[in-house]
Amino acid sequence: MPAALKNRDVLLALIVAALIIGVGVRAPVFLTADSLTNMLTDTSFLFMLALAQMAVILTRGIDLSTAANLALTGMMVTLAARSATWLPIPGVLALSIGLGAALGAANGLLIAAVGIPPIVVTLGTLSIFRGLIFILSGGAWLTSKDMSPAFLAFPHSSIFGVPVLVIIPVLVAGGFWLLMTQTPFGRSIYAVGGNPVAARYCGIDVARTQFLVYTLAGAIAGLSGFLWVSRLGVAFTDIAPGYELTVIAACVIGGVSIAGGIGTVRGALLGALFLGVVVNALPVINVSPFWQMLISGAVILAAVIVNARAERRAGKLILPEARRAA
Amino acid sequence: MTDTTPAAASRYAVADRPPFRWSDALLRWESILVLLLAAVIAFNTRISPYFLDIYNLSDATFNFSEKALIALSMALLIIARDIDLSVAAIVAVASLAMGEASAAGAPTPVLVLTGLAVGVACGAVNGWLVTGFALPSIVVTIGTMSLFRGLAQVVLGDQALTSYPPAFQAIGQGYIAPGVPVPISFTLFLALAAVFGLVLHRTVIGRRIFALGNNPIAARFSGIEVDRIRFWLFVLSGLMSGLAAVLLTARIGSTRPNIALGFELEAVTMVVLGGVSIAGGAGSIIGVVLAVFVLGLTTFGLSLINVPGIVISVLNGALLIGAISVPIIARRFQRRSS
Repeated sequence: MPAALKNRDVLLALIVAALIIGVGVRAPVFLTADSLTNMLTDTSFLFMLALAQMAVILTRGIDLSTAANLALTGMMVTLAARSATWLPIPGVLALSIGLGAALGAANGLLIAAVGIPPIVVTLGTLSIFRGLIFILSGGAWLTSKDMSPAFLAFPHSSIFGVPVLVIIPVLVAGGFWLLMTQTPFGRSIYAVGGNPVAARYCGIDVARTQFLVYTLAGAIAGLSGFLWVSRLGVAFTDIAPGYELTVIAACVIGGVSIAGGIGTVRGALLGALFLGVVVNALPVINVSPFWQMLISGAVILAAVIVNARAERRAGKLILPEARRAA
Repeated sequence: MTDTTPAAASRYAVADRPPFRWSDALLRWESILVLLLAAVIAFNTRISPYFLDIYNLSDATFNFSEKALIALSMALLIIARDIDLSVAAIVAVASLAMGEASAAGAPTPVLVLTGLAVGVACGAVNGWLVTGFALPSIVVTIGTMSLFRGLAQVVLGDQALTSYPPAFQAIGQGYIAPGVPVPISFTLFLALAAVFGLVLHRTVIGRRIFALGNNPIAARFSGIEVDRIRFWLFVLSGLMSGLAAVLLTARIGSTRPNIALGFELEAVTMVVLGGVSIAGGAGSIIGVVLAVFVLGLTTFGLSLINVPGIVISVLNGALLIGAISVPIIARRFQRRSS
């Protein structure tokens, strides 16, 4: 195998490209600019949420409350924008980021300050957030009637011909790339996940890093919440059900190690792109959307097997089974 | 260690268990759960006169027995440092298989065996992937969850299978004897909880599960077949999911692609609230059973006064986080004062 193919990102990119071309050959309409743009805007949420989840998983954590945070923030900004009609769109954007960050900070506080395992905390806040949506809305659906024209138009607008839903993920991805590779905070995220004890000895505040990572993940979920609700023109208790697992799947496919410390912005984006292409290609080639879940399950398993092979370190052990168990 | 044990002749006397102290017993997680359970019962009795009714209570058990069965095997998995998030999807696949078999005219015993066998097969797939490829179980079971649930969606589409023989439906809806208001599903749960408790706390296998959960490498070096036990725990989880599928399908009399949606997180909540450490190596079946009752009776009591299910889930989430954080914070204060 050529050296380039051994790089999993290159391999994944080639698979995605082959998938796009393969579908394009069967259904040329898939390769039109409109269809490809639609695919990108459709996947924009997954790009952003996968990046946020990647940062969390890098610290050996997990955030199961992402989709619930998205739905709750979406509901809260819809309600806020309905009663405060004077609020301009930048204000709504800032509000959604702030509210999402506050919910994420609640996770961060419980994980970093109290010391409860992330999976337990976010499992709990997942049900709490979902329930709060119901309580806030009284179980009602807020539809486009409850949203102002400007609110509804924002996710469909373009700047210099580029859709907002492409610009925002690009900005978020750029921000994450800077954060993860160019700042001490990004380094400390990798360090905390790679070896928390060593990170502590190096003077890294592990709890602070964890807290900030969950707050950041919440902010991204909140931003996505506003965009999701305004794009579809509806907010209710069960929007994006189970989406947290799709987000985690994108990370796993992109080579983010669930054990922490391993993962790149490029990988997470490719993982999200892969799932986005699959979801959007199925209807084009007349495959029932019911296949989507089955395919993503098979892909997750394939990806995690490939990842495990790549991560396996060289070295001799007396009892190899023992390390497998660890 | 001042007390005398048979091994006291040695300089390094190791007591088999620590001496009994009341303060320890009261601070045990199970004691806290008993208090919580008493509070829940007292509260529910106050808010609704229909709560302490034997028929109402026994019917309330229908709603949590299936999840509780899954929680039993989930407890063993989590103690062994693993997790199975695909349990609800296994319920869907097993239910699907039973629905197809029933449509083909299979009698009730065959339907039950089909459900259990499909569960075992799915569990074996999980176990094989986790131990054979040395993969983290959380990722594997997120993958198989999509795979199994996706299979049910592909076969069923937006249809439902609803033709089940009456004898089969009686398994999920029936009571152990005419006139005795104890559902079959609840009896099964109590009996299996006793079996699980005995195996985990009183047998060599149980000891080994704790050992491998505490330190898999040390366990392997002590000659415990770590991967073999983990494999069979996943098979067991599949079997219990198959059993839950039999009871649930028989109770509601239909198979839809979204059957048992979200059961995995509810089962994990029961286990964690039951005091099983998510990091593995510690926990008890009594605790899990108590947590099942706390969650089940909270849900039942609040639904009696027409609180919607989704609002109850807020309370359950808060209960989970609160129950975990209180002892952690208390311990921190204890350490600071000492």
